[in-house]
Amino acid sequence: MVPTQYYLVLSAILFGLGVVAFVFRRNIITIFMSIELMLNAVNLSFVAFSQAMPAANNHKLDGQIFVLFVIVVAAAEAAVGLGIIIVTARNRQSLNVERVNLLKL
Amino acid sequence: MNAPLIIFFVLAVLAVIGAVSLILQKHPIHSALSLIVVMVALAGLYLLLGAEFVAAVQIIVYGGAIMVLFVFVIMLLNAGEEERTDFSKLAKFGGLPLALALTGLLAATMTKHGASLPNPGTAGTLAPTADLSTALFTTFVYPFELTSFLILVAIMGALVLAQREKS
Repeated sequence: MVPTQYYLVLSAILFGLGVVAFVFRRNIITIFMSIELMLNAVNLSFVAFSQAMPAANNHKLDGQIFVLFVIVVAAAEAAVGLGIIIVTARNRQSLNVERVNLLKL
Repeated sequence: MNAPLIIFFVLAVLAVIGAVSLILQKHPIHSALSLIVVMVALAGLYLLLGAEFVAAVQIIVYGGAIMVLFVFVIMLLNAGEEERTDFSKLAKFGGLPLALALTGLLAATMTKHGASLPNPGTAGTLAPTADLSTALFTTFVYPFELTSFLILVAIMGALVLAQREKS
């Protein structure tokens, strides 16, 4: 039997690692992957909370359904985001986010 | 130490190693492969939690579709090793401490309030996929239908963005 808070702490650690990757990486594709990592971390806590609910509760499965919706939105986001990345890379000839500075003062 | 706890720690260590590797690898394709490790480990954790359908979707959609998309784009753009440029001062000095503080805060809150939660069911008490689909097509039918519009818009958006401009 694994206590629920173990899953929650693991989810927090993975989220923190995703934040670190988001801040410290310079490659736009890797930054996008770190967003996916953070989404995954949140999904883990959704499922853990869902399973921590008492079996008789009507809303026990809601957490898992939220996870399915998050996965759908993440897939749509990945398709559009990678399209944007392709356009940016084509226009800038670089994947470095430091080079995408048109709006910077 | 019982078997589920051992499996949990193996999968948790695998996921954390994959996430750390995602940060440390220089080449985007290595980062993508590290992310696949994280996703497969998370699918194992979902199975351990008894969420079999979510585990299958995790493997098929995340480990399959989304990561294939990433790998395709990396190869299409011929992405090489990441070039090191100077960070902004805030990211350089504040990034790691602030991220650690965020993780610590989240973990502390989760431990404090998660202790009162009951333990999740073991693999013996799988959430029936039939119940999941019933909820999806009754209680959540409107959000479910909305996601089909979302996917349609995403497909069209990706097509419009990625097509070459006619000159």
